[in-house]
Amino acid sequence: MGQITLQGVHKSFGQLDIIKDANLDIEDGSFVVFVGPSGCGKTTLLRLIAGLEDVTGGRILIDGQNVVNVPPAKRGLSMVFQSYALYPHMSVRGNIAFGLKMAGLPRAEIDRKVAAAAATLNLTPYLDRKPRELSGGQRQRVAIGRAIVREPKAFLFDEPLSNLDAALRVQMRMEVTRLQKQLATTAVYVTHDQVEAMTMADRIVVLNAGRVEQYGSPLELYEQPANLFVAGFIGSPKMNFVSGPPADQLGAATIGIRPEHLRIAQEGEGWPGTVSVAEHLGSDTFLYVDGGALGLLTVRGIGEIHLKSGDRVWLSPDPARLHRFDKDGMAIRH
Amino acid sequence: MATQQTQVLARGLLTPAVALLLVWMIVPLAMTIYFSLLHYNLLDPGSEAFVGLENFRYFLTDPAFLASLQNTLVLVGSVLAITIVLGVPLALLLDQPVLGRSIVRLMVIAPFFVMPTVSALVWKNLLLHPVSGLLAWLSTLVGITPIDWFNDAPMTAIIMIVAWQWLPFATLILLTALQSQDEEQKEAAEMDGASALSTFLYLTLPHLARPITVVILIETIFLLTVFAEIFVTTGGGPGLQTTNIAFLIYSQALIQYDVGSASAGGLVAVVIANIIAFFLVRVVGRNLEA
Ligand SMILES: Nc1ncnc2c1ncn2[C@@H]1O[C@H](COP(=O)(O)OP(=O)(O)OP(=O)(O)O)[C@@H](O)[C@H]1O
Ligand SMILES: [Mg+2]
Repeated sequence: MGQITLQGVHKSFGQLDIIKDANLDIEDGSFVVFVGPSGCGKTTLLRLIAGLEDVTGGRILIDGQNVVNVPPAKRGLSMVFQSYALYPHMSVRGNIAFGLKMAGLPRAEIDRKVAAAAATLNLTPYLDRKPRELSGGQRQRVAIGRAIVREPKAFLFDEPLSNLDAALRVQMRMEVTRLQKQLATTAVYVTHDQVEAMTMADRIVVLNAGRVEQYGSPLELYEQPANLFVAGFIGSPKMNFVSGPPADQLGAATIGIRPEHLRIAQEGEGWPGTVSVAEHLGSDTFLYVDGGALGLLTVRGIGEIHLKSGDRVWLSPDPARLHRFDKDGMAIRH
Repeated sequence: MATQQTQVLARGLLTPAVALLLVWMIVPLAMTIYFSLLHYNLLDPGSEAFVGLENFRYFLTDPAFLASLQNTLVLVGSVLAITIVLGVPLALLLDQPVLGRSIVRLMVIAPFFVMPTVSALVWKNLLLHPVSGLLAWLSTLVGITPIDWFNDAPMTAIIMIVAWQWLPFATLILLTALQSQDEEQKEAAEMDGASALSTFLYLTLPHLARPITVVILIETIFLLTVFAEIFVTTGGGPGLQTTNIAFLIYSQALIQYDVGSASAGGLVAVVIANIIAFFLVRVVGRNLEA
């Protein structure tokens, strides 16, 4: 079991309010990702759940029990740090076994569990090496091994893949997801990479300046962003925002349309503009269009589109995919 | 030093320094070797004569030699043990975020800046003196007869003084090492359910292995030649109880005016220091690798 509930959690460092009233319900076995810009409090929130920081107020429940005064080790969670934080003087075996040894498990059982974890993570040939004799990806796997071997109620990951190169990151992303599904253990995962968030998460928490902006499945966030911040943060390239007459017509202060929902239309249909930059990737074409009073609009077209800088285009937004926001930046639901 | 050119350049730039160091070492060493082969007594001028290894035989068979060798080892060993056994907990304490930490740190470091002669005098006259010393006053307060440290436990007294001087050094080095310890590793251990003691044993102590080695090596070099503290307090006595090799050589040269024998003693000391260094590097130097 690993159900985690945050009720009105807030955290200040001195005068500074870092986390403001966080309320979350993380279901048992789900994979929840915290995303947000740098410095928004993702790590802090994770450390609060882990117990490495004390809450300033509010309650954290694990399986219904308030744990704010419970020390980290007793919360039954395990954490994978961004720097991996492997114990440098111990072998891989020692690293993975440490938590079990501290828990006072019998030697034979420790050996069995370590061997099983090492086999799962393809670490068996490296068990007697020291961390400094491993590659980045292998260290990463040791850190994960150390987390899974204790059979925790939940895993906490703090940007575990950010030190890996792009190819390895994609591979580890799949491995972590597969492992989590296989173990069916709750996972809370911090990242600022929205591709990681969209691909790995069952549900995403979008944080901004210590506030939870939206909590929902990746597609919910993509299709129904709750406010301007989420709309702009989720999706790449970023959503286009237009204010002024086109927005007024729809009774909104701002309207948003994603680059992939703008269509190159016939002359006279939709919004006119001039292509300022065209990026041809083969599979996609990104057009950056100067829309005059509308500002710069990004268009994503599938396949090759034969347009170049200086060409005149007409852009037609897909009306079903338009997002409307009121003057406070909150989404107006139809 | 990746390229040929930088290697040549580096050698060229190092040459003057190395040459100077070489002259600096070779000249006194050569002179010492030369004197050690002569009969050369300041009370008997003009009688210098080549005597071969006679001075060495004399120095090594002197009953004072074995006694002072033993005293040297006891002094070095005890001070090393005390500074490390006390230095580790002291460094751990100073690493805690307490109010006024920087002032406390400064005060702990202070003894290291006191000249050995001065600290020996302070200990002799203000702290350990059987009549006017602080310890004597404290013992009379609780009704114990004050100990006359320099007569009844002279070696212990010397060890106390020298350890007091070197404790700050050990503490400082260990403290710096503690501050470089990775915070996340400790947090990982905390999540793994390690108690403070386990974290210390399994993480901090292995992390300190290298600085402890450095402390042992550096302190040994200086502790082999402790002199001022002995000179100021006990003068090597009573008897030979606090005479170490350095003090023995001094007494040969300047109390008995026997330059030849003192030079031989100096060379013996060099050999002993090398033997000790060899074993030390064998035993603890492993920690310095990678
Ligand atoms: N111990 C601390 N004392 C004071 N301020 C802190 C402390 N730890 C974090 N902060 C502040 O809290 C804010 C959130 O920090 P946090 O590390 O949670 O950000 P983050 O979302 O993880 O960012 P990143 O993506 O860059 O890792 C930052 O503004 C940071 O300066
Ligand atoms: Mg962070």
